[in-house]
Amino acid sequence: MSSTSINVQLPLTDSVISSLYIGQHIRFFGTIYTARDAAHKRLISQSEAGEELPVNLAGQVIYYVGPTPPRPGGVIGSAGPTTSMRLDPYTPKMLELGVKGIIGKGGRGPAVQKAIAQAGAFYCIAVGGTGALLNRHITNVEIVAYEDLGTEAIRKLELDGFPAIVVNDSHGGDLLTEGKRQYRTSERKIPEIKELR
Amino acid sequence: MKEINVEDITAAVAQLAIEATHFLPEDVEGAIRSAKTTEQSPIGIQIIDEILENAEIARTKMLPLCQDTGTAVVHVEIGQNVHITGGYLLDAINAGVEKGYDDGYLRKSIVSQPLSKRTNTKTNTPAVIHTDIVTGENLKIMFMPKGGGCENMSRYQNFLPGAGTSAVTDFVCETVDLSGGNPCPPLLIGVGVGGTAEKAMTMAKHSLFRKVGEHNPDPEIATLEEEILEAVNALGVGPQAVGGNTTALSVFVETYPTHITALPVAVNIQCHSARTKQVVL
Repeated sequence: MSSTSINVQLPLTDSVISSLYIGQHIRFFGTIYTARDAAHKRLISQSEAGEELPVNLAGQVIYYVGPTPPRPGGVIGSAGPTTSMRLDPYTPKMLELGVKGIIGKGGRGPAVQKAIAQAGAFYCIAVGGTGALLNRHITNVEIVAYEDLGTEAIRKLELDGFPAIVVNDSHGGDLLTEGKRQYRTSERKIPEIKELR
Repeated sequence: MKEINVEDITAAVAQLAIEATHFLPEDVEGAIRSAKTTEQSPIGIQIIDEILENAEIARTKMLPLCQDTGTAVVHVEIGQNVHITGGYLLDAINAGVEKGYDDGYLRKSIVSQPLSKRTNTKTNTPAVIHTDIVTGENLKIMFMPKGGGCENMSRYQNFLPGAGTSAVTDFVCETVDLSGGNPCPPLLIGVGVGGTAEKAMTMAKHSLFRKVGEHNPDPEIATLEEEILEAVNALGVGPQAVGGNTTALSVFVETYPTHITALPVAVNIQCHSARTKQVVL
């Protein structure tokens, strides 16, 4: 593995977040929460109804994952990231609720990139399609809310050296834009990325 | 005439589901390994290393390569001299999917209705099944657990009939550029050209059963495949879209005669976890 990885001990601090820049390979140690489409929808509708949330999101890292079931004796199955752009409609609200870090895959829409920087938060990717590798860096799992959602329930995960790459930092950088520009040899015009509908 | 019992079909499909989701095909792993030597981006190389390490862990620890164990897409080629006994072919395939996803600890991702009743069927069925009647007395079952991230980046467009190969190349490039990291590059890209709308997309999907680097036997189409691959890799998207020169590993183009007014083009994208497995009964 890369000798240049930066270890990120959770919970996050503002100084750790501001020290992270796009393109850095990081390794997480500590506690995060999982949430996908259905959990986001429910968290936000609970919040809008003024109900107490099952998880205090202040300062937390959210991982967009719906794992496979564990084999007997395992804590979790394959556990790689899902497409982040699907969660774009919910992300500004999640940031308002205090989320400071997000792990997913793929890029974010322009509005979400801006919201991430404004919130002093960051977005990173784990490598999509490496759920078996990522499984080895998850040492404990506990379902903490919405158990009826099955694979989409909110789980508390303990991470031990979980690898990720910073894609949107708190300074407004976007690795996907920069990377494409740096390695593009094509004459083709870069199309404007639209939000998923 | 050969008789094949549905129980053998169910058992074969279950086995295919488990093997496909855990063992990355050798040609795919080989292509990823060789991309490591040509990738220019350091972070891109790091990503390729993690993909290769993932394949090793999946194989040795029996963990699915990816948590999205997909829609079960099953292409079946039925020799016209085969007689299926003991039940209905499609029921047998679905029973195999259910058994494989249960026994293999795979994720069940299918909801019963796409609009108002998005409740999980809890069996990963129904599968998406395509059947072809062919000559002979074999039953060939081709299994593809197709992940949502890449499937959702599929695109179709009909072009003016004289638009030619540049329209195809431009459309594929635009599709890859727009999809960014969502379909998990490095990619395999299936392209169906001609026929009708559904024929084009079926060809695009079916082409993904080819081995990496395997070209269309028509030299003109093989050249087009090379041209598209080069054009896509010049986009700079790179592994997981972090920037780099490895965006696709292979492009597969299939063609079919078409209507005088039409040039249908369908793109079906496959992520680097290009999981397929086949068996002949």
